[in-house]
Amino acid sequence: MINLIAMITEENISIKKVYSILEAVTDPEVPVLSIIDLGIVKDVLLNDDEIEVIITPTYSGCPAMDFIKVNIRMVLLQEGYQKIKVTQVLSPAWTTDWMTEQGKEKLKAYGIAPPNSAQSVCTPDSFQKEEAIQCPRCNSYHTHLISQFGSTACKALYQCLDCKEPFDYFKCH
Amino acid sequence: MNQESIINYTIHLADNALIMGHRNSEWCGHGPILEQDIALSNISLDLIGQARNYYQYAATVIGNNTTEDSLAYLRDAGDFKNCLLVEQPNGDWAQTILKQFFFSVYQYYLYQQLQYNNDDQLKAIAIKSLKEVTYHVRWSSEWVIRLGDGTEESKTRLLKALDELWMFTGELFEPASYELNMNVDFDLLKEEWTKKIQSVFEEATIAMPAKNNWHQSGGKKGKHSEHLGYILAEMQFVQRAYPNSAW
Ligand SMILES: [Zn+2]
Repeated sequence: MINLIAMITEENISIKKVYSILEAVTDPEVPVLSIIDLGIVKDVLLNDDEIEVIITPTYSGCPAMDFIKVNIRMVLLQEGYQKIKVTQVLSPAWTTDWMTEQGKEKLKAYGIAPPNSAQSVCTPDSFQKEEAIQCPRCNSYHTHLISQFGSTACKALYQCLDCKEPFDYFKCH
Repeated sequence: MNQESIINYTIHLADNALIMGHRNSEWCGHGPILEQDIALSNISLDLIGQARNYYQYAATVIGNNTTEDSLAYLRDAGDFKNCLLVEQPNGDWAQTILKQFFFSVYQYYLYQQLQYNNDDQLKAIAIKSLKEVTYHVRWSSEWVIRLGDGTEESKTRLLKALDELWMFTGELFEPASYELNMNVDFDLLKEEWTKKIQSVFEEATIAMPAKNNWHQSGGKKGKHSEHLGYILAEMQFVQRAYPNSAW
């Protein structure tokens, strides 16, 4: 019994360590965000001597996923892990609600407005009332949508009407 | 649902998304303004991503070293199961928009049903794709309204596009044999699709075409218009000329 508890604790510690190593893997399109901040790491499993990292893509066509898989392998190899498996799952589908608070703060400091919580604005109705998005530079809410589609799949393009600067918004999903 | 229907149905969904995505990618660098060029390229990316998810699933079910790439790059036109609508030429901006609008609304209501499918993977892909398609429906319907309720020229062009494309919408609701046992209610799909098209057309101040017009079908069964051959010639060229090349 005591041994079993010791084992479970040891396993927890190793998994925690893997998570902290994965903090070094960033999204190539938004390099201030780690894959942990993004919320795309769904689980880390220890199968005997193998580490399995389970990830889920943000968007179906996210071109960064292959790159992220290679980098997960790289950082774990560097830390001495030998047998590494990266598994991609589609369900449950990723949502911006999984982004960490720390991730949202990093985004804002980087000049990208962080996602509002995924609410009713994610509907197909045309010409909806615009979401109030705060300008990441001057904090004004006096902003407007330029395009629902921005520099990458996950962003929309806005402009601040006070400081006049255009900015990216990490849109709710 | 037998295995053969699942394979054919999954490939059909993949081909629809791939050919539509490829057509949109032809606009990359040619859009009327930068933001709309980027919008179409992003929609392309979403659709090609959805196609990849479906091809990967079909490849797993088929086995025998089949891959997503062999399905996309090494089949000929007669094996493609996409509907005729998606392979139609882009034409002008109005035709591109209207084609996207018809297709996105179709995908939206189809995925609404597939998100409850008893095949776990078809269900997972539908739930994931639905979030993306929601943005596509919003974007394309706003453009239909702008063009229809815009200037005389924009309205004339939209009506011309309607004339070109309407005959290809009937096929969406005419199930091929592999669609029959996939638990999709085609009557409901058609009803919801028509209702949405009608409400956007009303805002765009254009009239719905007469009910039960003649329509052209065949694509889902592998009988395509001449356009698909040209699309495949361009899309598959590198893989055919340099087999197994990767980058
Ligand atoms: Zn500002």
